[in-house]
Amino acid sequence: MQFDFSEEQRALQGEVRRFFERACPVSTVRALIASDASHDAELWKQVSEQGFLAAAIPEDMGGVGAGYLELCLVAEEAGRVLAPLPAVSSIYQAAELIMIAGSHAQKQEWLPRLASGATIATIAVAEAVGEAVPETITARVSDGRLSGIKRPVSDGLAADVAIVVAQALDGIGLFLVDLSAPGVERRPLKAVDPSRKQAEIRFDGARCELLGACGEGWALLSAMRDRAAVLVAFEQIGGAQAALDMARDYALGRYAFGRPIGSFQAIKHMLADMYVSLELARSNAYYGAWALATNAPQLPLAAASARVAAIQAYKLCSANNIQTHGGMGFTWEFDCHLHYRRARYLASVLGTSPLWERKLVAAYGRAA
Amino acid sequence: MNFDDTPEEAAFRARARAWIAENAPRALEAELKLSGFGHLHLHSVDRIAAAKAWQRKKFDAGWAAPRWPKEYGGAGVSPMEYVIWQEEEGVYSKLSGPFSIGMGMCGPTVMAWASEEQKRHLLPRLASGEDIWCQLFSEPVAGSDLAGIRTKAEKRGDEWVINGQKIWTSGARDADWGLLITRTDPTVAKHRGLTMFFLDMKSPGVEIRPIWQMNEESVFNEVYFTDVRIPDAQRLGAPGQGWTVALTTLMNERMSIGGSMPTGVPELFELCRELGVLDDPAVASRLAQFAMRASGLRYSAFRSISALSRGEQPGPENSIGKLVAGTLMQEVAQFALDLEGEAGLIEEPGLAVDGGRFQAMLLRSPATRIEGGSDEVLRNIIAERVLGLPADIRVDKDLPFNQIPTAASAGR
Ligand SMILES: Cc1cc2nc3c(=O)[nH]c(=O)nc-3n(C[C@H](O)[C@H](O)[C@H](O)COP(=O)(O)OP(=O)(O)OC[C@H]3O[C@@H](n4cnc5c(N)ncnc54)[C@H](O)[C@@H]3O)c2cc1C
Repeated sequence: MQFDFSEEQRALQGEVRRFFERACPVSTVRALIASDASHDAELWKQVSEQGFLAAAIPEDMGGVGAGYLELCLVAEEAGRVLAPLPAVSSIYQAAELIMIAGSHAQKQEWLPRLASGATIATIAVAEAVGEAVPETITARVSDGRLSGIKRPVSDGLAADVAIVVAQALDGIGLFLVDLSAPGVERRPLKAVDPSRKQAEIRFDGARCELLGACGEGWALLSAMRDRAAVLVAFEQIGGAQAALDMARDYALGRYAFGRPIGSFQAIKHMLADMYVSLELARSNAYYGAWALATNAPQLPLAAASARVAAIQAYKLCSANNIQTHGGMGFTWEFDCHLHYRRARYLASVLGTSPLWERKLVAAYGRAA
Repeated sequence: MNFDDTPEEAAFRARARAWIAENAPRALEAELKLSGFGHLHLHSVDRIAAAKAWQRKKFDAGWAAPRWPKEYGGAGVSPMEYVIWQEEEGVYSKLSGPFSIGMGMCGPTVMAWASEEQKRHLLPRLASGEDIWCQLFSEPVAGSDLAGIRTKAEKRGDEWVINGQKIWTSGARDADWGLLITRTDPTVAKHRGLTMFFLDMKSPGVEIRPIWQMNEESVFNEVYFTDVRIPDAQRLGAPGQGWTVALTTLMNERMSIGGSMPTGVPELFELCRELGVLDDPAVASRLAQFAMRASGLRYSAFRSISALSRGEQPGPENSIGKLVAGTLMQEVAQFALDLEGEAGLIEEPGLAVDGGRFQAMLLRSPATRIEGGSDEVLRNIIAERVLGLPADIRVDKDLPFNQIPTAASAGR
């Protein structure tokens, strides 16, 4: 057993970190928030040129073929700088779904374009309030035409193509839809995390193409989410670490009652608890990374544990980071709220905690 | 990142497994499984006799202190092999409870500070289960603030004379040797006037009084010293160097590598399955949060072991183990008793659910949050040594020990 990343992987992580620190200062995140743009196209282009996000896509499909462990570390670094990129949608989810569900022709058609960043894809699942389950899906495909409303769709404006979960003759299916085609209308939605934009997409007889076996759609979605959950967990621990670092730095520099506030036990212990929850999340995420990289049968349990832990850690670290900053923490000007918002975004995509808690328990039961 | 055994590790595991299969006291397996958390409970046999028998058997085959050097009774295995051994020993490791303070804390301190001759004498006896050790650190006035101890040692010729009192000494009644920290100079600052010894617990003037615990057991004790004599040769470190020696002990106490700390989570899943409540979303939510903490601890331990295998020193990061496990056990026990309904009140042997293990856990877990560094002390360690936050303000730090304010001097 060697339960850690290798030196080469750490070196890559260092390279990715330096890249993001240079290319994605927080001003770029704020610039996107202030603009109507769907994502930071310039940053997306640069990241794509580096090939960082193509780490897990095979070489014969236009990827780098490095592996999932490398992609996990890229995700961690993207999370640390709050990168305003559509990677969760296009790479962690859509590319994964095409890899597990697509025909050879579909893989050849889409993966090179996703790997190069030339095409952005997203997943459209949610419709109504509450957890999405097959029974609540009303979007419908008949005669190769999709109709229905999806809301919210992450990166729905940035995306060129969506994989839409819809009812079809044999039950739930996954359908590829060109979002620039006739019968597709989209509009931006104001959302909790304005650095990862949300959209409403209306389909009215839009032409679509089946991805994977019809009737298998929900199972495929669920299998893809186990994979994406590990990658998203790394974004979460990157963000949680950044929030903890901010809180630590502020606690050392801010004085009250003649001392740094970081010398008060209430603050010290709050930060210690943030550290503990982050360590638990990190260790669970590492196990998830191993399970993802080796396609281990433990993946469902590992992914659910990683996700439940990472949601918890990022929520705690981002909330307590605001607390540590006092009134400053509640200003728009300070960056604390960007992590608080991002923590919520990452806790909502892929389904929220209650879903993953049930998945964890079910997988634990099967493993025992 | 590789979670599987290497071929060498697999061979080692096979060897450990085969030895356990051949030698473990199978007759005790069921009883050990149900034995509460923390303290070893056996009804069918004397627990000390059973512990000594198992320790001796392991010693003869080289499994008793696998990490120790061969000349002191160990087998010199790698950190990873040690973890594999622990996994394979499984439930039988509970039998080694009476030796855990000796093997985990006193042994490493002796190894670092005693003479070569003493090490060759004492350590194999400890590893083989011949000798049991206890830790004579805490006092009525000094627990978290260990450097505030008052038990006095005075030099008379080539002996030291000890007077004072220790408290909370686990296993003192079974112990042959004690690791004893004393004050030898009350006129200097508190960390500087301490001296460490090891003591024959059968020495004249040592009086042990059991303390009845809140969980209706008596593992810890008061230990009184009246003119107890210790040869100077049993001093560890120089006079006045006791604090440095104690740090060796405490570091080993908090290192607790191996992820073997019980949490009660697998047992809670078993209970939920028996009760048929695994599908209840409210139950699942609590279970998942518990399970995530338990697996996080386990994989954190694996990360530490991997770092250790690469030659890195174990750091204060390891403090999270006991900090997480203590509260986790307490919450798991409360939740299990919630699920048991009013029947959860029953401790009556033969009627209590699952042999009363969650009731035992409820009543033992508060101790985990106090012993060997309280939750608050551990949070301080993380805040200061991991996160680099300022140390607490210490009003007594530079005062001569005999001028430090106490409850008595404050009239309380
Ligand atoms: C089951 C059990 C077995 C034990 N076995 C042994 C043994 O074998 N040998 C041995 O020497 N000792 C043993 N101990 C003693 C144990 O190490 C002490 O109880 C522990 O260090 C706490 O000290 P205390 O009891 O004096 O509590 P105190 O130090 O008085 O602490 C009381 C409360 O104050 C808090 N507190 C204290 N200082 C601070 C601070 N600086 N900041 C914030 N909060 C603080 C504590 O966290 C705690 O909540 C055992 C204890 C238990 C419960």
